[in-house]
Amino acid sequence: MTEEIRIQGDELSEEELMTELETAEQIAQELEEETAAPDFGAAEGEPSEEPVTEPAEITATSAELKPAIEALLFVADEPLPFKQLCRVLGEVDETEVRRMLDELISEYDARQSGLEIREIAGGWRISTRPQYHEFIRKYLRSKPSARLSLAALETLAVIAYKQPITIPEILEIRGVSSSSAIRTLLEKRLIVTKGRKETVGRPMMYGTSKEFLLQFGLKDLSELPSIEDFEDLANG
Amino acid sequence: MVREKKKAAAATLDSFEPDSEAPRDNYRVRLEVFEGPLDLLLYLIKKNEFDIFDIPVARITEQYLEYLQLMKELDIAIAGDFLVMASTLIYLKSKMLLPPEPKTEGEAELAEDPRAELVERLLEYQKFKEAANMLHTRAEIEAACFTRAPLETDSSNPEVSATVFDLLRVFRDILQRATAVAEIEIHRDEVTMGDKLRQIKTLLEERHEISVREVFESCRTRRELILTFLVLLELAREVEITLTQSQLFGEITVRKRTAEEVAAIRQSLEETSETEVTSEEAQAVQA
Repeated sequence: MTEEIRIQGDELSEEELMTELETAEQIAQELEEETAAPDFGAAEGEPSEEPVTEPAEITATSAELKPAIEALLFVADEPLPFKQLCRVLGEVDETEVRRMLDELISEYDARQSGLEIREIAGGWRISTRPQYHEFIRKYLRSKPSARLSLAALETLAVIAYKQPITIPEILEIRGVSSSSAIRTLLEKRLIVTKGRKETVGRPMMYGTSKEFLLQFGLKDLSELPSIEDFEDLANG
Repeated sequence: MVREKKKAAAATLDSFEPDSEAPRDNYRVRLEVFEGPLDLLLYLIKKNEFDIFDIPVARITEQYLEYLQLMKELDIAIAGDFLVMASTLIYLKSKMLLPPEPKTEGEAELAEDPRAELVERLLEYQKFKEAANMLHTRAEIEAACFTRAPLETDSSNPEVSATVFDLLRVFRDILQRATAVAEIEIHRDEVTMGDKLRQIKTLLEERHEISVREVFESCRTRRELILTFLVLLELAREVEITLTQSQLFGEITVRKRTAEEVAAIRQSLEETSETEVTSEEAQAVQA
């Protein structure tokens, strides 16, 4: 195959090269089809969302369940949603999966592991515990990333609690123009646009993103403490 | 830079008293960043240990304005929002001095405190300020949690899935793009006004009389058309040509004037005033 597609420098005219390339592409296509053939479980268009389910369904035995969960959480490159976790494990009882997850978490805690399992941004994730960040940063030679300015944090707080919200409404609460803070938050993908408000001028509405949940360590928005709780804190 | 403008950094005096006698260059400047007028007001209330529900408007207005003055002296751009708050405070201050409006029967007890709206805004803002602190702490903790480094199979590492065929495909795309680029050579139109002027003059030298339509039809581009039009206008202004029309909306003919004619007209033009120039020219055209 490599023989066929070898490009022979200057001797090859452009036209010849094109035909060579076309043949190569044909072969490539055939190869792709070949490899894709047994994979009829995955739906087209959403390859990363849907796990590749083998035609011969495998199910974790009760003995395998807990270690399999741990292994899956270890390889998942982003928080693994509970439903997806169960699907990969096969014909398993969801309450059992949940129980095993909880057991894993308490085991990690009990032996004071450097790792922790947590629910974040709609999925489960293994990460290092924050108290060891200095060693990790030393090893990775990485510095903590730039913090958000106070203006950006305030704006983000207003958006998080009042979403979907427009820029004039944010101004009303903060008493100061927030458009540059909005730009920063959009650039950092912490907020997203949420359509337009059907009012005079049809202003854009903003809300928080999944990235927001990830960066602020939240399961979902309901995990945010109630805004009224800050009243006592502020006056105390 | 924008942030710099929105955010007003205010400096406080060592002893922030209105009647402080400290000389100006003895200011111990403490840079405090205020996110906005509400932030500054909250700071002043806390600093003076005022009751947020019973703000002494006169005193707080005085201090607020003094801060703005200080910011101005330190050449810190004061955002418009700060000035809006200043006017609100002054309005409240004057409202507090006025006797309350005569109460109507029934709502005697519920006379609205003019400060109520401001207090509400301050309380609301204060909550979000605290929420921002909470978010800050959360982000700090979360940034200290590390997940494993991406694996080769992760979608974030797409280069792993590239094959020799992908490489060839890219190469072919580049080749195609190279040919495509060659196809859209841009021909720069080099015709200038001077060129066109010479061209038309030679044409008139040969023919003495041509129809305008003919002149324009020889043009290939839009730019050439415009230049031709300008050249004709210029020639008419210089009285080197006459433009005649045998009938309304009919063909316009360009005729070259002889050197004697041109000299005669130019001389007469010099003698007449500007307003007469137009009529002279109009006559020339009619002739």
